[in-house]
Amino acid sequence: MPIVECDAVNKIYQQGRVEVAALQDINLHIPEGAFIALAGPSGSGKTTLLNLIGGLDTATSGTIRVVGKSMAKLTQTQLAQLRLSQVGFVFQSYNLIPVLSAQENVEFVMLLQGIPAAERTGRARSILDTVGLKDKYKRRPAELSGGQQQRVAVARAIVANPAIVLADEPTANLDSKTGQGLLELMQQMNTERNVTFIFATHDQMVMQYAERVVYLKDGRIKTDTLKQHRDKVEPK
Amino acid sequence: MSIEVKMAWRNLWRNTRRTVLTIAAIAFACLLLVFMLSWQFGTYDVMINTAVGIHSGHLQVQAKGYNDKQAVYQVVPDPASVSAAVAGVPQVTAHTLRAKAFAMASSARRTYGAMAVGIAPASEAAVSTLAKLIFEGEFLAKTDTDQALAGRLLAQNLKIGLGEELVLLGQGRDGSVAATVVKIKGIINSGQDVFDRSTVLIPLGLFQESFAMQGTVHEVVLRCRSLQDVAPVKLQLQDKLAAQIKSDTLVVLDWTELMPGLLESIKLDLVSGFIFYFILIIVVAFSILNTFLMSVFERTREFGVMLAMGTTPGRLTRILLFESSSMTLIGILIGALAGAAVTQYFAVHGIAIADAAEILREFGLPERIHPRLSILSVTIGSGIVLVITFTTTLYPAFKVRRLIPVQALRA
Ligand SMILES: Nc1ncnc2c1ncn2[C@@H]1O[C@H](COP(=O)(O)OP(=O)(O)O)[C@@H](O)[C@H]1O
Ligand SMILES: [Mg+2]
Repeated sequence: MPIVECDAVNKIYQQGRVEVAALQDINLHIPEGAFIALAGPSGSGKTTLLNLIGGLDTATSGTIRVVGKSMAKLTQTQLAQLRLSQVGFVFQSYNLIPVLSAQENVEFVMLLQGIPAAERTGRARSILDTVGLKDKYKRRPAELSGGQQQRVAVARAIVANPAIVLADEPTANLDSKTGQGLLELMQQMNTERNVTFIFATHDQMVMQYAERVVYLKDGRIKTDTLKQHRDKVEPK
Repeated sequence: MSIEVKMAWRNLWRNTRRTVLTIAAIAFACLLLVFMLSWQFGTYDVMINTAVGIHSGHLQVQAKGYNDKQAVYQVVPDPASVSAAVAGVPQVTAHTLRAKAFAMASSARRTYGAMAVGIAPASEAAVSTLAKLIFEGEFLAKTDTDQALAGRLLAQNLKIGLGEELVLLGQGRDGSVAATVVKIKGIINSGQDVFDRSTVLIPLGLFQESFAMQGTVHEVVLRCRSLQDVAPVKLQLQDKLAAQIKSDTLVVLDWTELMPGLLESIKLDLVSGFIFYFILIIVVAFSILNTFLMSVFERTREFGVMLAMGTTPGRLTRILLFESSSMTLIGILIGALAGAAVTQYFAVHGIAIADAAEILREFGLPERIHPRLSILSVTIGSGIVLVITFTTTLYPAFKVRRLIPVQALRA
């Protein structure tokens, strides 16, 4: 069973009197453990689709199922619960709570899940070790580089063992070398933990990491390319 | 310390200047309130004690209706039995008898209307402060028979001095003409203009004789240990009078009934005070609301991320309430302590009131007033600030619940 199923999904925004069709007739099935890119130019509907999958927004028509649950049938509280237990988010920037240290940011998700304090600390530190921030537990976001902040965001998204991580242009604010490092980290998490990754990007280089690229334009899926092997990307 | 508390605390200091200013506003409001309330309570104490001390006493036993009409024939017929009843009440420290009548007071040169009051010098000195208010000359002695004390302003108007003669002319209890001649033994200055302008004090015996009182009096005046004793003593005395004397023509009146104007002006002062406090606190509340709305608005995106992660709106509200209540509590703590300190300083040193309002002077306030620091003024003062500021911060804390994650994330 696919972990994400979108069938005939439409999303129409009402902007004043004008209707903006952000997504039109989206049919997309994503299997568990996928590492998939939503590509397309700015305004093509990538963010909108990620938000619908993550239960942050509701579709105008069509059905979306995440881990078998039909999103339209869930209340706001149930959606929040689903996000908490099944979905991790990584945004383009300002992902972290500024007043919390790297470790506290990661712990915050576990706090929401009701995991006891003693266990939280251990898990937060070990995941920060995994993403390469061993000596940065106590740093506040402002004391970390952009790449390090995104690593904390990935650590936070992954720490609660979600089924899916949704990343909206996670590398857009990073230089290409740092961006590649982050993608490699995400790949590693994908293979080691079998977490499904869906990330939006309009960067050609980033797409090369994906095993499947869904290309959106004007709210429609133009192409859906499955690559047998992940491309080897040579550093510039 | 939980992460949420840490978050709230650190958020508070994200914009140090703004937070410090807000805390200062809360603290200042609190300080002002504590001080002003202590000041008000302090003046009321002084006003009541002064007025009670000069003439009304804490309680009086009178004939029913005398308080309104003050007619000479409305008498307490058997003062001795009332005295006996009063003497049995432990909280009553002293009591005295008085008789009063309107009279024309004439000196060699002038005539003025006056209130002739017959007093028993020894017990009067134990009940009222009159004996201490002698401006010139001496207070009446037990053996005096034809001596009198005049209010300072009355003496001035009559152009009369110590040792000079004063003729009192009035109507006796039985309607007969009452006339007597007295010699001025002393001048009294109470500071209360009305009293000083109209009062002539003469020995009770002389009064009873001249006004055909036949042993009766108009007032049995009581002094209690403190203001707090007034209510219970009143009840006790009412029962006693009913049981022992079996008279339904006598009433027990407390100082609020004897001096309705005093209570009215206290109430008026309290109300106008509270209007001022209300305006003050509303101003402070709006500044807090503004600060807090700004700090919430600035963090819209942050809340969007938190909501996306699965934070419940309730938890967001809680974090914000931690934040606002710690700010409020710090402000109130500082304000209450500073307010208590300032109040205590002035409670010891007093504040000179050179231009006291007319209404205050009417009740014979002293030159310096000492605010009275009490648990009541501190708790009421900080309580009002706490309730209003906390209520104010509820609005932004609950407004955040209406945030829609996708929109918040776009901010
Ligand atoms: N809240 C909104 N109200 C109106 N139009 C919106 C809203 N969100 C997105 N859109 C429109 O939907 C389209 C898709 O936007 P988006 O999903 O953000 O694209 P992308 O992430 O690919 O850049 C755009 O035309 C955008 O203007
Ligand atoms: Mg986008």
